[in-house]
Amino acid sequence: MFVRLVYESFRRQKRRKLLAGTAIALGVTVTTAMIAVATDIGDKINRELRTIGANLVVTPQDDSLDVEIGGVNLKPPSDGTYLSEADLPKIKGIFWHNNITGFAPILPVTVSVEHSGKREDVTLLGTYFSKRLSYGTDQFTTGVRSTDPWWRIEGAWPDDNSQDVLIGERLAQRLGEKAGETLTVAGRTLHVSGILSAGGAEDGQIVAPLSLAQQILGKPGAVRRVFVSALTKPEDAFARRDPKSMSGDVYDRWYCSPYPQSIALQLTEAIPHSRAEQIRQVAQNEGAVLTRIEGLIFLITLAALLASALAVSAAMATAIFERRAEVGLMKALGAGRLAVASVFFAEAALLALMGGIMGFAVGSWLAHQIGHSIFNSNISIPPVLLPVILAIAVIVTFAGSAAAIRKAVNLDPVFALRGEL
Amino acid sequence: MSAPTPHQARDLAASRSHGPHTSMFLRMLVRAAVLRRGRAISALFAMGVAAAVATAMLNLYVDVQAKLRREFRNYGANIILVGKNGDSLPADALAQVDSVVAGHGIAAPFEMIVARTAEGQPIVVAGTDFNRVRQLDKWWSVNQWPTNVPTSRAQDAREMENPALVGVRAMAVVSPKGLPFDLSFHGRRLTVVPTGTVQTGAAEDSRIYLSLADFVAWTGVQPSTIEVAASGSPEDVVGMMKRLGQAIPAAQVRPVRQIMEGEARVLGKTRATLLAAVALIILTASLCVLSTLMGWVFDRRRDFAIMKALGASTRLLNGFFAAEAAALGATGAILGFLAGVGIAAWIGRVNFHATVVPRLSVLPVVLAGSIAVTLLSAILPISLLGRIEPSVILRGE
Repeated sequence: MFVRLVYESFRRQKRRKLLAGTAIALGVTVTTAMIAVATDIGDKINRELRTIGANLVVTPQDDSLDVEIGGVNLKPPSDGTYLSEADLPKIKGIFWHNNITGFAPILPVTVSVEHSGKREDVTLLGTYFSKRLSYGTDQFTTGVRSTDPWWRIEGAWPDDNSQDVLIGERLAQRLGEKAGETLTVAGRTLHVSGILSAGGAEDGQIVAPLSLAQQILGKPGAVRRVFVSALTKPEDAFARRDPKSMSGDVYDRWYCSPYPQSIALQLTEAIPHSRAEQIRQVAQNEGAVLTRIEGLIFLITLAALLASALAVSAAMATAIFERRAEVGLMKALGAGRLAVASVFFAEAALLALMGGIMGFAVGSWLAHQIGHSIFNSNISIPPVLLPVILAIAVIVTFAGSAAAIRKAVNLDPVFALRGEL
Repeated sequence: MSAPTPHQARDLAASRSHGPHTSMFLRMLVRAAVLRRGRAISALFAMGVAAAVATAMLNLYVDVQAKLRREFRNYGANIILVGKNGDSLPADALAQVDSVVAGHGIAAPFEMIVARTAEGQPIVVAGTDFNRVRQLDKWWSVNQWPTNVPTSRAQDAREMENPALVGVRAMAVVSPKGLPFDLSFHGRRLTVVPTGTVQTGAAEDSRIYLSLADFVAWTGVQPSTIEVAASGSPEDVVGMMKRLGQAIPAAQVRPVRQIMEGEARVLGKTRATLLAAVALIILTASLCVLSTLMGWVFDRRRDFAIMKALGASTRLLNGFFAAEAAALGATGAILGFLAGVGIAAWIGRVNFHATVVPRLSVLPVVLAGSIAVTLLSAILPISLLGRIEPSVILRGE
C-alpha cells in the first residue's frame, strides 16, 4: 500500500513532481559545479602564477661571488665553478617531478662586439629555448619559452642545435642590427634569427643556444645556473623548519609536501655539487596570492551551497504545502501522522536521488565548460563526489521538507474535508 | 451631536464615491500580509536571503579586482625609470617621481658600481634609500635593517660609520665574522659596518647596499635608476608611465612586463571564475524566490476568487497581485541588500583583512532584479488562476 501510494503520487502528479525535481536538480547542479571548481582552482591558479617566472634557482655549491650590473657580467670567465649539463634531465626524476613545469639553464659569456669602429663588451647568454630532453622513458620539452613566457620575438626563435642567436632590442638598436642579418662575435659569424623584447636585462644581451655559448667559452657541458619553475604549496611555519632537525615521520611529511624548500632539497639531490633556493620575489608572493584566491573561492562555494540548500528547501516546502488537502484526506481516512509523514519523506528521498543524479551530471558538464573556457584544461571530478553529493541532496531535501511536512500532518483533517484549505 | 442633515449626508456620499481608491488598495495589501503573517514572513525571508546573497556576491565581484591587485603590488616594481643612454637621472628626479606617484605607489632610487674589497676582489655595491626599499621589496629577508644616516653626520671622515646591508653570499666573502670591512672605489676608501644581511635568492645576495647619502658621498655617482610599484589597473599604470615620462624628460620609462602580464593573466582568470560562480549563485537564489512566491500567490487563490466574484476586473486583480509581489520583492531586496553588504564586509575582513567598500551601485541592480523575479513568479500563478472560474476555487476544488 505504501509503495502504491508513493508510485501513484509520482504517476498522477507529474507536473508538481517535475517542478520540485527540477529545483533539486538545479540546486545539485550548482553545488556540484562549485565544489568541482573550488577543489581544482588552487592548481589552476598555481599554473597561471608560473607565468610570472621561475621560483627556484640552482647554482654550483662552491660558486664564487657574482659581479653583475644590469645584465653585464664583470666576473672573469675562469672564476667560479659550473654545473654539468648532463645532470639536468635528472630534474625530471625527483619526487615532485610532476610539479616541475619547466627549467632553463643559463650560461653567461662575455664577448666583444664591434660597431661603429668601437669594441664593446656584451654578455652572450646561453640557454635552452625549447629543447627536447629525455629522462628514462620520459620525453619532455623545456627552456625559456616555458619559464619566461613574457619574452616577445620579432622574427623567429633560434633552434637549440643551431648557431642562430637573438639580440635584445636595446642592444640591437645600438648595434643597428635587424632580424635576418649576421653578427660577428668572437670570430664567429652568427645569424640573428630575431630581436628579443623581454622587458629586463636580456634586452641588452645576445641570447644564444646553450651549446653555442659553451663552444665560445670553451667549456663543453658547462651551466652557470638553472632556473626552475615549479608548482609549490604556500610556505608555512612547518615548511621553514630545518630538515636536518626532523625525525623520520616528520621528515617524510615535509619531503612529501611540495614546499619550495623541499623541492629545492630534491633538486640538490638530483644535481650533484649544487645548492638550490627559492627566488623570493616570485615564491613568497605567489603563496600569498594563491591563499587569497583559494580562500575567496571557498567562501563563495559556501555561499553557493547555502543558496542551493535554501532553493531546494523552498521548492520542497511549497510543493508539500500545496498538498495539505491530500494530507487531511489521508488522516481523515485513518492514517496515522507517522504513516503520512513517511509517505512524504519517501517521495522526497526519491526526488532527491533522481534530481541528484541529474544535477550531478549537468553540474559535471558545467564544471568542464568552466574549466575549458577559462583555463583551457580539464576540471577533474573525483568519482567519490557522487555519493557525497547524493547524500547531501537527500539530507537537504529532508531538512527542507521536514518543517513543511510537520505542519501539514498536524493540521486538523476537518479543514481538508470541508474544502477550506 | 445632532444627526447629519440630508444635505450633509449627500455631500459625504459624494465625497466618498469620488475619493481615491488607493486607500482601499493599500489597506487590502497591508491586511493580506498582516493576516498571513507566517507565510508573509517566510516569503520575505526567502526574498531577503536571496537578495543578501546576490548583493554580497556582486559586491565581491566588483571589489575583488582591487583587493587582488594590492596583493600583486608585493611583487615589487612594475615601472622602471633609467637615465637615457646610461646617464644618471637629474638630482630632483626622485622628488618629481614622488609628486607624480602621490600615494598611488612606492618609488625607490638605485645605483650600482663595482668596488674592490681589501683583498682586491671585485664586488657590486649599491646605494639606495633603505626605508623606501623596505616598503617596495617586501620579499627581502633581512635580519636587521640599517637606519638612514643623515648626510650631516657622515661629513666627519674620522667617525664615518657607514651602515650597510650585505647580501648573504657577499657576507661570506667580505666579512664572515660580521666585522667592519674596507672597500675601495677609484682610489677612495670606505669603512663599512655590516648591520644586517639580506637574502632574496637573486642578485641581491651578492651585493652590498649602502644608504644613498653614504653612497653618493663616497662615489660621487648619482642614482641612474628609480623603481616604482604603481597601484591600480593596467590603464592606471600606463597613465602613470606617461606622466612620469612627461615630468622627467631625461628618463626612459619602462614597464616590468614580467609582472604586469602575469598579473593580468591571473586576475583575468580569477574574475572569469568569479563571474561564473556569481551567475550560478544568483540563478539559484532566484529559483528560491520563484518557488516561494509561487506558493504564496497560489495560497491566496481564495482571496483571488472572492475578489473576482465580487466583480473585480482582471486588470485590477493582476495589478493587485503584481503590486503585492513587487512590494514583497522591494522590501526583501532592501533588507537583503543591507544584510548582503554586511556579509561582503565580513568576507573582506576574514579573507582579505581589508574592508570591502559597500558598493551602492549594486543596490539598483539587486532591487530591479528582485522586483523582476517576484513579478515573474507572480505572473505565472495569476494567469493560471485567471482561467479558472471563481466558484470552482471557492468550492475548494
